[in-house]
Amino acid sequence: MQRHTISVLVNDQPGVLTRVATLFGQRGFNIDSITVGGTEEQGLSRMIITTGGDDRQINQLMKQLHKLIDVISVTNLSENPFVSRELALIKVTASPSQLAELNGIVEPFRAAIVDVGPSSLIVQVTGDTEKIDALLVLLQSYGVIELTRTGSVAMARSIVPATAAATV
Amino acid sequence: MSVEMAELQKKNGIPPIQFGEEVTGAETLLRCLILEQVEYIFGYPGGAVLPIYDSLYGSYFKHILTRHEQGAIHAADGYARATGKPGVCIATSGPGATNLVTGIATAQMDSVPLVCITGNVAQSLIGTDAFQEANITGITIPITKHSYFVRDIRDLPRMVKEAFHIATTGRPGPVLIDIPKDVANAKAPFTYPDQVEIRGYRASLVPSDEEVQEFVEAVSEAKRPVILAGGGIIAAQAEKELRDFAEKTRIPVINTFMGLGGFPGTHELSLAMPGMHGNYTANQALLNADCVIGLGARFDDRITMGRTKEFAPKARIVHVDIDPAELGKNVETAVTVAGDVKSTLAKAIPLAKACDSEAWISQLKEWREQYPYKYKKDGDVLKPQAVIELLYNSTDGEAIVTTDVGQHQMWTAQYYKFKHPRSFISSGGLGTMGFGFPAAIGAQIAHPDRTVISVVGDGGFQMTNQELAIVSQYNIPVKVAIVNNQCLGMVRQWQELFYDNRYSQIDLTCSPDFVKLAEAYGVKGLRASTPEEAEAVWAEALAHDGPVVVDFRVAQEENVYPMVASGNTLDQMELGDD
Repeated sequence: MQRHTISVLVNDQPGVLTRVATLFGQRGFNIDSITVGGTEEQGLSRMIITTGGDDRQINQLMKQLHKLIDVISVTNLSENPFVSRELALIKVTASPSQLAELNGIVEPFRAAIVDVGPSSLIVQVTGDTEKIDALLVLLQSYGVIELTRTGSVAMARSIVPATAAATV
Repeated sequence: MSVEMAELQKKNGIPPIQFGEEVTGAETLLRCLILEQVEYIFGYPGGAVLPIYDSLYGSYFKHILTRHEQGAIHAADGYARATGKPGVCIATSGPGATNLVTGIATAQMDSVPLVCITGNVAQSLIGTDAFQEANITGITIPITKHSYFVRDIRDLPRMVKEAFHIATTGRPGPVLIDIPKDVANAKAPFTYPDQVEIRGYRASLVPSDEEVQEFVEAVSEAKRPVILAGGGIIAAQAEKELRDFAEKTRIPVINTFMGLGGFPGTHELSLAMPGMHGNYTANQALLNADCVIGLGARFDDRITMGRTKEFAPKARIVHVDIDPAELGKNVETAVTVAGDVKSTLAKAIPLAKACDSEAWISQLKEWREQYPYKYKKDGDVLKPQAVIELLYNSTDGEAIVTTDVGQHQMWTAQYYKFKHPRSFISSGGLGTMGFGFPAAIGAQIAHPDRTVISVVGDGGFQMTNQELAIVSQYNIPVKVAIVNNQCLGMVRQWQELFYDNRYSQIDLTCSPDFVKLAEAYGVKGLRASTPEEAEAVWAEALAHDGPVVVDFRVAQEENVYPMVASGNTLDQMELGDD
């Protein structure tokens, strides 16, 4: 099963998130992550949803999504080069004395330690999903107490002509 | 307001509407309905819709007070299917609204335009688990085409306008408008938008010339072509285009269950219904065709048997549908056209030419003669199939027939040859027992001068037979034909065939005396137990100027054949015993 990143432009109406989420359930799809936020145009929101399925299933999902009245357009970003970013906060077991050691680990990832407590600290990392996964593996040996991730925000790269993206 | 609208109102005795006048939300709603040319409202009052019912008091609308909200929505559905116009129903908050749920799902599955109006508790109480509060917009998200919760009276006119537009355009479907009581009571100057603008919504899809050209080319080379014409033909009012196209190209036509009446069942190119209980020829046509042309049909699992890889194994599938999501959803297609089937066929007809299909047509004709629908007559025993034949012969196929769900539904689809669209009204997708009788009421209200027959089983009729009260109250002359086998026949059939005769919970022998039940409501009741009685009693029913319930006591152990068992493919068809 391939992973897909789908961008859904919607009217910022009450209940629109429920409609989209319900459709995934109704059609037998799982939402791996979802982010919702404002767009370049007032009154519209953009949802970035990552999900799994073969091409035929994803095509069907996109068509069904487009049937929702509040959905304006649906684009499968995965079909062309795209930029994807996620933010994670990771609370790691560590004493202040381990700060320098941990800084050495997080710096190559351009991550930062944003809070230090007596027995734990918080790492903030931004990047694509794989990068965050990679850092997590390294931090796990210290003990991850809590993890929160935003899910991906994503955008097609500018070099791709707009017409080339598969849009329903 | 347009000049035409004003003239229409004058002609129909509709009061002129004052724009700019300060009115309540309830009054606003009714004025919007007038402007949408709504005539009939099916509904049931309650606390949260008191302001709406107060505005209805003495108004121009003809309101049908059903005895259950489910009756209201099925009647609105029957009205919509019989006319193509949107059906309108009203229910109160909480249980009133949740009683609409089955009807909404029924309409959604069969693409029926409905506008369902529910009241809700005042917004100050929303979310407090108030008395008769239910989140009906949330509950109905998966079964509506769209829904609105009205937060502000100033949004109401736009939402009503959009609701009718959405319900009736594109692939039709039910739209729900939930109006909290404070909005119904609020006041604002009355306005109504002239136009609808819904960004991203495609109301109609006219295919490009290239698409039509590709469609015609894909079809014209076929030697064993067959059209699979679905409910989309009826929704698009494309029956004439279908007929012209089929006759010009010499392509035989299979009607899906939902498509019955979209092509005359008596036409020489008609192959009737395919699928689980379809006829031999239609299924053989699908198995042997080199080209299957789906027109407003969705290749559902009662036709493909869910074995989509083995479906129409020798054919290229060409598919025209107004809903792009249907294309490639169930079966692999060679050519697809996302478009309105009426405009697609209208564009295709001048380009099309006759296929080299005469050998195929005569092969199909041979099968049709060799394997008609058949059953064994048995002296004085009244066979259910004979009842349907009687209904057909006595009305020359001209009646509007609604059915419930089960064996009688399949026999009606088999033995009543529908000639006209909107004559056969049945819950195909959801398979809703209790649908048939209230749907007939809606159809009869829409067509007071036509014969409307409601074929029901003794099971399903008891799910909504309380609506006998309204056929009596409004003298709606529906003829109810109960195919009474004193059990849940379709369940019995499956238990006989697949569960080793273990008849579990199907016995309906202690049903009420349906003749007396009818009479209790002031409706004429008749009974027949033999073919002879059936003929006499049915003639009496048809001659009666008012509603009638006829209790046809039929053979219990009759099965619907042909049958393709669940999990099998169309070539594994049981023709039944002779």
